[in-house]
Amino acid sequence: MIELVNVTKTYNSVTAVDNVNLTIPKGEIFGIIGYSGAGKSTLLRCLNLLEKPTAGQVLINKKDLTALSKTEVRKERLKIGMIFQHFHLISSAKVYDNIAFSMLAAGKTKDEIQLRVPELLEMVGLADRADHYPAQLSGGQKQRVGIARALANDPTVLLCDEATSALDPNTTASILKLLKEINVSLGITIVLITHEMEVVQQICHRVAVMENGKVIEVNEAYELFADPQTPLAKQFVQTVHSLTLPERLLKARTGSIAQITFRGDSAEDSIISETISRFKVTVNILHGQISYIQDRPLGILIVEIKGNQSEIERAIEYITIRTNRLEVLADVS
Amino acid sequence: MSLNLLNEFGIAFLETAWMLTISVTLAVLIGIPLGIGLFVTSEGMFWQNKILQNISGTIINIIRSIPFVILLVVLLPLTTFILGTSMGPTAASLSLTVAGIPFYARLVENSLREIDKGVIEAAESCGASPWLIIRKVLLPESKSGLIAGLTVTIISLLSYSAMAGMIGGGGIGDLAIRFGYYRYQNEVMVMTVVFLIFLVQLIQFIGDRAAHAADKR
Ligand SMILES: Nc1ncnc2c1ncn2[C@@H]1O[C@H](COP(=O)(O)OP(=O)(O)OP(=O)(O)O)[C@@H](O)[C@H]1O
Ligand SMILES: [Mg+2]
Repeated sequence: MIELVNVTKTYNSVTAVDNVNLTIPKGEIFGIIGYSGAGKSTLLRCLNLLEKPTAGQVLINKKDLTALSKTEVRKERLKIGMIFQHFHLISSAKVYDNIAFSMLAAGKTKDEIQLRVPELLEMVGLADRADHYPAQLSGGQKQRVGIARALANDPTVLLCDEATSALDPNTTASILKLLKEINVSLGITIVLITHEMEVVQQICHRVAVMENGKVIEVNEAYELFADPQTPLAKQFVQTVHSLTLPERLLKARTGSIAQITFRGDSAEDSIISETISRFKVTVNILHGQISYIQDRPLGILIVEIKGNQSEIERAIEYITIRTNRLEVLADVS
Repeated sequence: MSLNLLNEFGIAFLETAWMLTISVTLAVLIGIPLGIGLFVTSEGMFWQNKILQNISGTIINIIRSIPFVILLVVLLPLTTFILGTSMGPTAASLSLTVAGIPFYARLVENSLREIDKGVIEAAESCGASPWLIIRKVLLPESKSGLIAGLTVTIISLLSYSAMAGMIGGGGIGDLAIRFGYYRYQNEVMVMTVVFLIFLVQLIQFIGDRAAHAADKR
């Protein structure tokens, strides 16, 4: 379990992390999103004390890292793996030695290393690459080496700083799959920074939204998409649900245009037909999309509701109550 | 070329080789730790230490700013004190060493700076100790640069050694001056210069090859 208590990090006049409180339970995949400069990396680096917080406490499995000596912190780091956007492998060392490095740091013997490294390589799918130099690997393969290195000492926590941002979509998907497997099979808590909402959508259980060094929202991943609380979270969600209507459609409309968010419950299935039968309105579907957040469907529908004004209002009220969310994009003029 | 001259030339070459062996060996043995020290005490590194950094930096700069000829003369008393004489190639090696150490240390420091900070940080995130990072990250990652720097150092010390010859250090430089300058045997001078050019080319060639082979990026 990870607990941050009033963590603040300032550089001279810049407050990179501003009084952050977070609790991340064991086994969770926790995402951190926010625009560039929001303080995400700084916060993540506070978790393994690569950055020493100016104030506050960082508790990993109940142990306060900020109270430890340098040597003790090093020992704790063995249990906190970290991977990076640009991999940061030792370019002069072969894949095998890059992974072995981690174990040398833990004081493991050569025999132990010889036994463990092939296991790790197998796990990340690089069994045949032990003798390659990093320069001979693709980005995805390099990240796999990074993951193997981070997992070498059986950590309880894995920190990922934009681990997939330098990779193409297919490779990203395969790395995410690997992270998910690791999370499930080893029970490792994963904290990951990303600016790609697809990453959140695919693997995060919960998400923190950061702005100006502050965590302004913490939400279940599904809830973040279904019902974002802050304007910033809304903006991020919008990038995935980018349902923009052609100007022409908006101009030609005669009714109200509304965006309805469905949680994919069976109760919502018949909502449109029920609305039509209950009120004197017609409902045209203009646009729609279903996305899956952690395998739970979330539907977005943009509809035009036509009829007389009061009927439209009653229909909208009805849908609002019955569904998760309804946002009127354009009223009847 | 007379047999006598050929003989002199052989001796001069051996003297130069001797001066270089001593000074380059010491420059490496002391320059590398010094360069690492400069790097790991710099800002943001694990043994960050402003005072140590400033003191050693200043000393290095002072030595490096003294022209080698002057350094030679200034060090004469010290050479006499340590070795009992200020003449001969071994004596000249001392001033070459004094010039070579800070020269190479700076080059070592520079090649360490070229290492991606992220790699060092990743090593720290693994829980590695400073010593492990020095052995397994800093040295291997800068190997190519260390070799390139060594090449530059050897060539510089080779040309310094010719100057050392002027004050009785012996070696190829001494030969060129004794025969070429004092005895007006221009062909000896030309021969020495041609030989030095060849030698420098050879050192550079080997150095480039080795540096390239060490670079796995
Ligand atoms: N070592 C440092 N010295 C001074 N300021 C820093 C340092 N590291 C970060 N900052 C500042 O702290 C703020 C947060 O930086 P941080 O790298 O944590 O942002 P981020 O959210 O990770 O951004 P990005 O998405 O671009 O990686 C920025 O304003 C940055 O300039
Ligand atoms: Mg960042």
